[in-house]
Amino acid sequence: MYTLTVENLARFFGPRLVFKEVSFSLSSGQSLAVTGRNGSGKTTLLRLLAGLSSPSKGKISFSRDGQKLTRAEYRRSTSYVGPELTLYDNLTAVENLRFFATMRGVELDANSIERILADVQLAGRGGDFYGAYSSGMKLRLKYAVALLGDPALLLLDEPTSNLDEDGKRIVSEIIARQTATGILIIATNEKEEYGFAQKLYRVGD
Amino acid sequence: MALPKSSIGLATKALAVLHKDIRSEFRSRYAINAILLFGVTTLTVVSLSVGQTSLQAPVYSALFTIIMFFSAMSGLAQVFVKEEEAKTAVVLKLTSDPTPVYLGKLVFNFLLLALLEIIVAPLFFVMTDAQLKDPLLFIIIQLLASIGLAGATTLIAAIISKAGIKGALFAVLSFPILLPLLIGALNGTTKALETTDGLYSAGTELKLLISYAVVMITASVLLFEQVWEE
Repeated sequence: MYTLTVENLARFFGPRLVFKEVSFSLSSGQSLAVTGRNGSGKTTLLRLLAGLSSPSKGKISFSRDGQKLTRAEYRRSTSYVGPELTLYDNLTAVENLRFFATMRGVELDANSIERILADVQLAGRGGDFYGAYSSGMKLRLKYAVALLGDPALLLLDEPTSNLDEDGKRIVSEIIARQTATGILIIATNEKEEYGFAQKLYRVGD
Repeated sequence: MALPKSSIGLATKALAVLHKDIRSEFRSRYAINAILLFGVTTLTVVSLSVGQTSLQAPVYSALFTIIMFFSAMSGLAQVFVKEEEAKTAVVLKLTSDPTPVYLGKLVFNFLLLALLEIIVAPLFFVMTDAQLKDPLLFIIIQLLASIGLAGATTLIAAIISKAGIKGALFAVLSFPILLPLLIGALNGTTKALETTDGLYSAGTELKLLISYAVVMITASVLLFEQVWEE
């Protein structure tokens, strides 16, 4: 059982306060949608939770069965998908998957790769360069990379933007699977997207 | 999507970074082109300037070191600058431990320097009147200098990759840090050009270059996590 605890989090950019006093706690099987107006700090909050930047105040702790995880363990247990993320344009989808699998400590054989690509409806397109993909296909591959190793905490920023109906269905399946076993946090203002989550948290109010 | 987790070690991850960078580089040829273009251009200018004029060994050594240093400066920062500019650094940070990233990129930079040496060094002796008296000493000096240079510049590349004026900052930050290495490489190259006394004649330079490489790589491995995470 994993537990994510966020206590009195605040983030400043220089003198400008983005948000303050953000606190919540989530355990495996729970999901949260973070909403708020543009510039309220939804993406900033997700970046803090992903370990990509540090909070100005407050603390984030992630524990497994009551045992606090180290920074390296936290990183290995967390995945983040957002518009700012880019995979390698001049590597193929299969090469990208293989590379990130190795970096996450996951062994992939040819069958696993085929299955992963089929899960995100990219079967038969594994040999194409990531740079040649459409924005929707790129997002699907980012999901495939993010799910390598079954992360305990999955952070999604605007999860269905640029996706067609099939893509949205894939995301809803991923979300259902994640909330069955892990923790899910979505940053969005789309009603359709925050409908995926069990709890709602509004930042910037 | 339940996948079997394995204990993939540090070396395998570092090799994956190296393999990915080599593959990317051969498809874009960004760093190779920059380094080789600079190396061959400066070598041509040196050749046109001094031609077959006979100069003293320290002058040839200085010219060769200048060509190697500035060629290296034009391409070695790309290992991290490319990741920041292509916005792939974020996903690399999210998925990777810092040490294999540093080690993979260190070896990539070393291989890039080795390629530069292999192309520029023979051309230098063909296009100038420099005489190489001790080829073994010359190769060892260049090898050790390349390891030290790669060790220092890989960390500096990570530091400057987020800055606005990357190129100038890379050279400015690198120069003072590389000064001991440049002194060792200059003196060692001079000895390889003017003596046939073997490795003993350049004992001080060899010790300096070995110590520099060991200290620089060890310090870089220890510091890289802070640089990479910030």
